[in-house]
Amino acid sequence: MQHKTLAELSAGLDSGDYTSEELTTACLERIERLNGPLNCFITVTAEEALAAARAADARRQSGKAGPLTGIPYAHKDIFCTRGVRTSCASRMLDNFISPYDATVTQRLAAAGAVMLGKTNMDEFAMGSSNETSYYGPVRNPWNQDTVPGGSSGGSAAAVAARLVPASTGTDTGGSIRQPASLCGVTGLKPTYGRVSRYGMIAFASSLDQGGPITRTAEDAALLLEAMAGFDERDSTSVDQPVEDYRAGLGNSLKGMKIGLPAEYFDGAVDSGVGDAVEQALEEFRRLGAETVDIRLPHTYLSVPTYYVVAPAECSSNLSRFDGVRFGHRCQDPQDLEDMYKRSRGEGFGAEVKRRIMIGTYALSAGYYDAYYLKAQQARHLIRDDFRQAFEAVDVIMGPTTPTPAFRLGEKVDDPVTMYLSDVYTIAVNLAGLPGLSVPAGFVDGLPVGLHVIGNYFDEARLLNVAHQYQQVSDWHTRVPEGFE
Amino acid sequence: MEWEPVIGLEIHAQLATSSKIFSGASTAFGAQPNTQACAVDLGLPGVLPVLNREVIRMAASFGLATGSTVSKRSVFARKNYFYPDLPKGYQISQYELPVVQDGELTIELEDGTSKRIGITRAHLEEDAGKSLHEDFHGMTGIDLNRAGTPLLEIVSEPDMRSAKEAVAYMKMIHSLVRYLEISDGNMQEGSFRCDANVSVRPVGRESFGTRAEIKNINSFRFVEQAINYEIERQILLLESGGAVIQETRLFDPDRHETRSMRSKEEANDYRYFPDPDLLPVVLDQEFIDGVAAALPELPAARRQRFVDQYGLSDYDAGVLTASREFAEFFEATAREAGGNGKLAANWVMGEFTAALNKGGIDIADSPVSSGDLGRMLLRIDDGTISGKIAKQVFEAMWNGEGDADRIIEEKGLKQITDPAAIEAVIREVLENSPKQLEQYRGGQEKVFGYFVGQVMKATKGKANPGEVNALLKKMLGS
Repeated sequence: MQHKTLAELSAGLDSGDYTSEELTTACLERIERLNGPLNCFITVTAEEALAAARAADARRQSGKAGPLTGIPYAHKDIFCTRGVRTSCASRMLDNFISPYDATVTQRLAAAGAVMLGKTNMDEFAMGSSNETSYYGPVRNPWNQDTVPGGSSGGSAAAVAARLVPASTGTDTGGSIRQPASLCGVTGLKPTYGRVSRYGMIAFASSLDQGGPITRTAEDAALLLEAMAGFDERDSTSVDQPVEDYRAGLGNSLKGMKIGLPAEYFDGAVDSGVGDAVEQALEEFRRLGAETVDIRLPHTYLSVPTYYVVAPAECSSNLSRFDGVRFGHRCQDPQDLEDMYKRSRGEGFGAEVKRRIMIGTYALSAGYYDAYYLKAQQARHLIRDDFRQAFEAVDVIMGPTTPTPAFRLGEKVDDPVTMYLSDVYTIAVNLAGLPGLSVPAGFVDGLPVGLHVIGNYFDEARLLNVAHQYQQVSDWHTRVPEGFE
Repeated sequence: MEWEPVIGLEIHAQLATSSKIFSGASTAFGAQPNTQACAVDLGLPGVLPVLNREVIRMAASFGLATGSTVSKRSVFARKNYFYPDLPKGYQISQYELPVVQDGELTIELEDGTSKRIGITRAHLEEDAGKSLHEDFHGMTGIDLNRAGTPLLEIVSEPDMRSAKEAVAYMKMIHSLVRYLEISDGNMQEGSFRCDANVSVRPVGRESFGTRAEIKNINSFRFVEQAINYEIERQILLLESGGAVIQETRLFDPDRHETRSMRSKEEANDYRYFPDPDLLPVVLDQEFIDGVAAALPELPAARRQRFVDQYGLSDYDAGVLTASREFAEFFEATAREAGGNGKLAANWVMGEFTAALNKGGIDIADSPVSSGDLGRMLLRIDDGTISGKIAKQVFEAMWNGEGDADRIIEEKGLKQITDPAAIEAVIREVLENSPKQLEQYRGGQEKVFGYFVGQVMKATKGKANPGEVNALLKKMLGS
């Protein structure tokens, strides 16, 4: 059962091959058996999952089931879940039991999906290696000495290790696509505004977006359909109907124009990664697509722009963690200032503090114009690059990351090198575009991801492209050793 | 040296919406602590603000009523600072692009002149909660019921030159927001409060002196006291060779003084930036025109109408239109009194106001309604009672003894207008006053008043005074 895709499992539940309770039990057993060294989960909600599975089975019997009814999934621990700890992988929220459900949580529950637990991640989604988690790092199932990527590392590793058929992630600068790439799974960051942010603990509000992590594009389509949609509780969500993302999966790619930005194929790319991407592109040409060389001349501004905008927003978003109403409060505070300083000093890890400090500095009087305002201007240039590119091409492709998974501890003391591992994904968030990473090969036994960027609300096209590729490739069907 | 004070006010008017500015929680005052704070107001992880569109309409109506520009695009920003009753660690406010900009109001001064006060801007923001320092054994309690209540912050130009001008301006804004029904203006509950920026400069100097900001003053009286104290303090300081430092001060109403709260150096760097959770507010001309069309009659227009329609003096019309409630009470009274505006104005501004003031009663709680008063005025108008007797009737109505007709009937206060009856009384008075009659006939005409008084006394004031005068003249002349 564990090796079936979400779509196959859905069909199996439909035809009565197994019940959701059996499927859920099997997943829980596998988590119990295999999760230990991977550390994908912060919280496993076995009892709630079994109850939800039984309810899903009843619903299926009454004929009211949808494709996700009874399907187990793992939920990134950044989404609020009522009655269940929602930690954001931080000591600050280690004691936080959310009194409400995020909109995404609600939508998945309404679709009948069964939450197995909350996945590990970088603390407050700040990181690219899952090493900043208060609950310890997640290990990459393909090589447990390497990182799974981040921040949605637990979600990506859990899908890669076949602990779950699907999981949720969030992506602020690549946090779905980079771990999907490093773990050899499919991850989609939708257009900004497509998935509600309500109840998704904010890192950088103008960049954050939730999305699916699955093995196949078809599964991503199924999960996205349930997650997406307008939410009146999120002013930045867009009031536009959700498409049937599966409908166009089978469309031919003949005549499709694929833009290849010179900036994404420069010397920074590992040669093995470059080769894998080139072979994937060859596959697309065989499928009838045409590749076109394009320029995204402001790509070099992406990382510096991102590391002003995201920390600035995070410095403000994380002010609410003050020890007053919820979360960590220090022991025996002497006075208010002592309470603030020690609660936050103890509650936040080093990377979170670093970003709060960078952001506070960037917004300070006298620096605002030079940093925040300048970054907003750069953001416009980056967006305009894409706008012009999409006048000539249908999708843009390149490597998701410059290198495959790096070793645990390798970059943890060198934040700038770490930040550069998101160089290709970050611009997509700054522009608000949808982006997808699809497995496209291996280098030294480690997965390589192909990055596909689409125009606004062109998720269906991204899924179509990835699905067609998965019809002629088998990278996404490979299983890491020890998890067969 | 002669000093000139320079004053600007920042008035916070709580907007009268039923729910909060960014959440669906109720704004009703006086509930148990933290019972009107939802997940959004508590700033729980993951929650997001959604703008209550009603506040935009309210702010736009204020803008249009003050000749301001209503911005077609305004932006909410975050003002970042830590305080226990500020749940998110930032306040959502408007900073660079407020919804209302560049308006003005004309205030009237005691000497009868008027003065234009510029309104720099009015912006929307959310209120914070309350910190409660009593009853928590050395700890602080936090009540977040007020958190997220919508405020309109109205910032004036530094155009005022005395505490009296500042009070006149504040009263004018208070009256206006109530006319517009965008705020209840309740100062005890904190729905209407202000910060005053005060500086002094030598008369004739162009540049401003260093200012101090007095925070959170919640009555007209305190505004006057606080500003006067502050002017005095700054002048004394400067004249003794000191310098005013830029700082925030608090007014202590018990001691009638201001105290330093924090200096500029200790001031927060608020790190304002546009709130990425909220889209810019974009208004089209159609919306603005709709708000303009729905504006009620404003104080200045109503004042002119009272002059034209009721023949009132400009002064009286000004007093009557100072507050919407007062103006409406007057008009209802006049309507009930058959349109006799002058009579209604005299009574509303005279006996009625005196009774309210004496009892310390708000017009809304008056025991005498506009209908009661108007129907009594009808009885004056039709000669049933005299103006003097009416004061008795009014007092009885105020004490809850019933309506005017019943009081007149029960107390037998109906005016005597029958000439034969009055003649009989006059005859009796003249017969009983031979000495005075002789004096009168001897040329001492002021004795006439004595006869009138005697007649009124004999009739317990009920004789029609005009009739008494006419008949007395006739009878003495014969």
